[in-house]
Amino acid sequence: MGKIRTPYLLLLPGFGFLFTFFILPIINLAQTSTQTRVSGGDTGQYEQTLRFTNYLDAFVENKEQFGRSFLYAIIATVLALAIAYPLAYAIAFKAGKYKNLLLVLVVAPFFTSFLLRTIAWKQILGEEGFVVPTLRSLGIISESTTLTSTSFAVVMGMTYNFLPFMTLPLFASIDRIDPRTLEASGDLYANGLTTFRRVTLPLSMPGVVAGTLLTFIPAAGDYVNAAILGNPNTKMLGNVIESRYFKIVDYPTAAALSFTLMAAILILVTLYIRKAGTEELV
Amino acid sequence: MSQKLKDATIPTIPLGARIQRWIGRNLIRIYAVFAFTYLFIPVAYTFAFSFNDSGKSNLIWKGFTLGNWQNPCGAPEVCNALGNSIKIGFLATFFSTILGTMIAFAIGRHKFRGRSTSNLLIFLPMATPEIVMGASLLSLFLVLKINPGFWPTVIAHIVFCISFVVVTVKARIASLDPRLEQAAMDLYANEFETFRRVTLPLVAPGIAGAALLAFSLSFDDFIITNFNSGTLTTFPKFIYVSAARGIPAQANVIGSAMFFLALTIVIVGQLVNRRKVR
Repeated sequence: MGKIRTPYLLLLPGFGFLFTFFILPIINLAQTSTQTRVSGGDTGQYEQTLRFTNYLDAFVENKEQFGRSFLYAIIATVLALAIAYPLAYAIAFKAGKYKNLLLVLVVAPFFTSFLLRTIAWKQILGEEGFVVPTLRSLGIISESTTLTSTSFAVVMGMTYNFLPFMTLPLFASIDRIDPRTLEASGDLYANGLTTFRRVTLPLSMPGVVAGTLLTFIPAAGDYVNAAILGNPNTKMLGNVIESRYFKIVDYPTAAALSFTLMAAILILVTLYIRKAGTEELV
Repeated sequence: MSQKLKDATIPTIPLGARIQRWIGRNLIRIYAVFAFTYLFIPVAYTFAFSFNDSGKSNLIWKGFTLGNWQNPCGAPEVCNALGNSIKIGFLATFFSTILGTMIAFAIGRHKFRGRSTSNLLIFLPMATPEIVMGASLLSLFLVLKINPGFWPTVIAHIVFCISFVVVTVKARIASLDPRLEQAAMDLYANEFETFRRVTLPLVAPGIAGAALLAFSLSFDDFIITNFNSGTLTTFPKFIYVSAARGIPAQANVIGSAMFFLALTIVIVGQLVNRRKVR
């Protein structure tokens, strides 16, 4: 009897907490998203209605930022995958006894506040940094080209900031590959590329899926990189939600946008997991 | 024999080809060096500018000084913000580690109805963008007429830390050899004793890792904190707010110090672990 109850007793406090402070707020957010402004009331006064056109209004008004959020997040995720895969491969197969140390080094930049690092990029890529003058003197960019306050800087910042999220799961699944399977592939006359395509990559798919999700989800909702490294024309959905909450005090629109963002992410993620064919994520 | 073979083969390969072969063989290692350089450029920059004799805005190099390190609280508000971040970090780590570890044991060790729903409930907070989580919690607090501030922030941090604790501890539980616990039972240890003397010590490194992860997530969080902290300043919030008029070099000192502190903890932890394994 006690045995049956044990798991539920273990779950109760944690799930009680998550229910109160994660599920309930989401339900509450759903309610907020259909509220209507009290006519003649103060700023920030809303009454509960079922005004679903809030969603339509919010989307139409911000479809540019919406598209940008997903475009930037997808580019950053692809770039991070391209950078992190060989790195994870090198750590898993070539690092020998330094494997753990290198793994620590991947996470180490995390410990300097990510805001400090993002601002450091802003200054490195800025007019006073060393990158812009070097590229100019080499003639790679023109005198009038700047790197900060561009969409390039925003995407680069996102790629950089979420790189460890990509590298760690990739490492975990590449590290699990038995090197003998790669040798076997070589013995069967597959060249390096074929071995990678037919053996290494399929075996590391769980890591690819987990890594892309852990990068894409925070990237799509991010607004810090766009706020620090971008300009008004690189604003993402996160920036809009933030300003609706704090500057304009338009809770229903902010809630509708948050919900749309979450729904879009969940749909994309579900399609992606189906396509990638891995169910075991957590 | 082998000496003879070496003498015979090596001189016949021209230097250029040998260099090419070395590069071909080490391409991925060379790549890794570049990737790590990329990862550490802003860290090195932050560290270097912690020695800048900068005055108020730490934008341009003005000269070397140790003054910022000797007086890390020299800039107004910075240590107050740091103190808040540390307090919030410890509380969030403490509660999320306990709650998360219990969930991890339930899911990792027991078969029960609703197990897949439980997995989903753990996955959901990780699949929710921070801004949605932050905004939704704030709207709940507003409805409940709770003012944003210290405790709302702690609660928000516990929410997003729990899932990461569960995943980390669960992975450790899954890697345990079940025969060790069976052996303990065979030696007449009861369930509680087995748990206390065998299971828990084996899972402990996973729990420690999860706690470290939770602390660093909490310490570094900005988005959710920004929504739920009201007028309270945390270290990331301090940086974000002061970014507009220039960050004082003291922030770089604290960022760099945290970096070296965390690195030391992790490396010492790994050494201790390796010794235990031996």
